[in-house]
Amino acid sequence: MRLEILNSGYKFGTKVLFGIIKLFSGYPLPDAARLVFYRPDFYGNPAKQFTQRAMRGPSAWTAGERELMAAYVSYLNECAFCIKAHTATAAGAYHDAEKVDRVLTDIKNAPITPVLRSTLQMIGKLTREHTVNADDMRTVIAAGVSPQQIEDALAVCFAFNLTNRLADAFGFAVPSDEAFEAGAEYLLKRGYA
Amino acid sequence: MEYQKLYQDLTRHVLKGKGESTPQLRQAAFDNTGLPASLNALIDKVAHQPYKVTDNDIAAVKATGITEDQLFELVICGAVGQASRQYQSGLTALAEAIQEGGRHAS
Repeated sequence: MRLEILNSGYKFGTKVLFGIIKLFSGYPLPDAARLVFYRPDFYGNPAKQFTQRAMRGPSAWTAGERELMAAYVSYLNECAFCIKAHTATAAGAYHDAEKVDRVLTDIKNAPITPVLRSTLQMIGKLTREHTVNADDMRTVIAAGVSPQQIEDALAVCFAFNLTNRLADAFGFAVPSDEAFEAGAEYLLKRGYA
Repeated sequence: MEYQKLYQDLTRHVLKGKGESTPQLRQAAFDNTGLPASLNALIDKVAHQPYKVTDNDIAAVKATGITEDQLFELVICGAVGQASRQYQSGLTALAEAIQEGGRHAS
């Protein structure tokens, strides 16, 4: 990462933990996970709690649908690390990499429900243009999306508009596809807490 | 409500928690306004074109004498700030749509 403190400024116990994780998983801890261990009271702990609630907390959206939202937001933000991480996780949840690819590249015709498509298009506009209005929300509601589902999707959108910015500003390293597969398996099993 | 509490917890920590940069500077990075020239370009990129941030952008700010911990804090505040403005836009639009929907129904 671009700040040396984020590469080597961790406490001794944290460095030991990083070593143990590498030993057991076969891969170094990805930068997204390392970042939250640096001065965790400042950012890491509260950010993890919000993200865990948004991605794995109670919701009418499945974990896979929320991972797809995360991948889509990351794609629109052109965030290389997060696109790979959440494309792999969404593909793992759906057992369908092609579907995820279609959503990212052809949202209008991708094989998903109108409810999900409408929601993705709304958070897509919010991500690209930084703003949405009541008409945008009426369109989503008319497609059959509940206000609670919209609120849940906005929380996912916030979490990844934040994480994407940090990934690119701090320069998260983009590891191998195999490492992302291992990371996806972990996120589906354990979540973000 | 639960999101709101977690969101406020996050913003409180990054804006007012223990750190090396002043609360005023953190707020300016969050708002992406009123920043000193040395930070302005980087924080605006974090807000609007984060994928264009380069090694040189970070090195240029560090060369002005800012510490890595201060930069860590201010970049996070800039990112949380822009994501917050989007989030609040979405929540406001949703509240307006629900309110008007309720009025039409009554």
